[in-house]
Amino acid sequence: MKVTVDTERCIGSGMCVYSSEEVFDQDDDGTSIVLRPEPPAELWDAVRRAVDRCPASAIKATP
Amino acid sequence: MSESVHTLAAMPTERRPGCPFDPPKELIEAREQSPLSRFTFADGHQGWVITGFDLIRQVMADPRFSSRKEFMSHHPTIDYSGYEVPPAPPGEFLLMDDPQHSRYRKPLVGKFTVRRMRLLTERIEQVTAEHLDAMEKAGPSTDLVTAFAKPIPAIVICELLGVPYEDRGRFQENIDKFLGGETSDEELIAAYTATQEYLAELVAAKRASPTDDVLSDLTDSDLTDEELRGMALILLAAGFDTTANMIGLGTFALLQNPEQLAALRSEPELADRAIEELLRYLSVAKTFMRSALEDVEVGGQTIKAGTMVILSMNTANRDPERFPNPHVLDLDRQDGGHLAFGHGIHQCLGQQLARVELRVALPALFRRFPTLRLAVPAEEVAVRPEMADIYGVKSLPVTWDA
Ligand code: HEM
Ligand code: SF4
Repeated sequence: MKVTVDTERCIGSGMCVYSSEEVFDQDDDGTSIVLRPEPPAELWDAVRRAVDRCPASAIKATP
Repeated sequence: MSESVHTLAAMPTERRPGCPFDPPKELIEAREQSPLSRFTFADGHQGWVITGFDLIRQVMADPRFSSRKEFMSHHPTIDYSGYEVPPAPPGEFLLMDDPQHSRYRKPLVGKFTVRRMRLLTERIEQVTAEHLDAMEKAGPSTDLVTAFAKPIPAIVICELLGVPYEDRGRFQENIDKFLGGETSDEELIAAYTATQEYLAELVAAKRASPTDDVLSDLTDSDLTDEELRGMALILLAAGFDTTANMIGLGTFALLQNPEQLAALRSEPELADRAIEELLRYLSVAKTFMRSALEDVEVGGQTIKAGTMVILSMNTANRDPERFPNPHVLDLDRQDGGHLAFGHGIHQCLGQQLARVELRVALPALFRRFPTLRLAVPAEEVAVRPEMADIYGVKSLPVTWDA
């Protein structure tokens, strides 16, 4: 799985960090940062949750 | 296309007796019929009510639906004919669209990140413990709203913004009036003016001698005093009332669901999921509105430019297509997601703060008072009217074995 965030769309809600702190973090401006662009399989559920919850549809996870 | 569209005849004004946590039955029935219903506003405007989870997410994520205050020119129950709704004052970004909205939201998001809010945990624990100590010292029984639910979030948001807590007497009551749904127009205007005066002094003080807080940080930018006042007002109002109602109503809901409360007590690791479920189940921020800027297809219907839609968030958070057994409080519910903090560009800025506050306050309350119970029959607990923007209990008389 490959994870990317469109930082232009991101509104800094923190939902992705809340879903998985292993995969996401926020910078000083609150914008999402992908810590693990190719997360291991055990984190895929959490990533899918982040994709579903992101209020700005800013996260993409491609298989 | 529109032959068989469901119509909601009127916005319900009451919940069913004995069901203070459930949306009014008219709205639940509307959702059973259709995720969107036609609805005629008080002035005759032909608009819509959305009760479906997916459709509300779609509308909140779509920039063709505006939050601008001046477009909210129809009201579900008050006839606004002949009255022009003014645009939101500078800084009150909840009722603006981008790019204006992001001018104000952007400088704030970095101050409300998951990480920063978690750093407040210890301080929130301390404030919570102080209030529990005071309750214990005073002995049973008490009104949980004044003794616990209100002061904790109020102290936290004041400290974060840099508002002296001693000053709260000058604006807390006024803010309650904006949101409680039981205030006359004259009172509202007086409350708004008094709050503006207070905030003007506060902003001036922060400019003159900045301290280590969000408001002072914001003075180091191109934001004007008027804009800072508007931003401070939104933050205070949102920070005061919402979490407080979640604590008050959440306590009531847990006391009414003793087996769920017992599960929370015996499995503290349930707490994070339990808070999400309480947010879903109670949806205290229950109704929002949007106005279509152009014709938009939603759920097979065309919502015409200039038409208003009412988003019934609490009904959508009970959507059976999204949540199995939606009307059951199930603290162990997995992966539901919810709309309690909204969706799209306005999604709650303070949500990570609210999560930490709830996560600390509710379990601590039940740990300290294992025998906590209502001091009056449940039917006698006074709840806010359906008109209120934010739902909750007005007071919650509780007692315990000392
Ligand atoms: C459990 C408590 C809370 C709930 C249920 C809640 C709910 C919401 C909802 C549903 C919205 C979206 C409004 C819309 O789309 O029109 C919102 C926006 C907002 N909330 Fe909260 N909120 C809570 C706590 C807080 C706290 C503690 C703060 C304090 C900082 C806060 C600050 C805001 C702000 C500033 C906005 C406007 C964001 C924007 O327009 O971009 N909220 N809240
Ligand atoms: S959930 Fe979406 S909007 Fe929120 S911080 Fe993450 S990427 Fe940004």
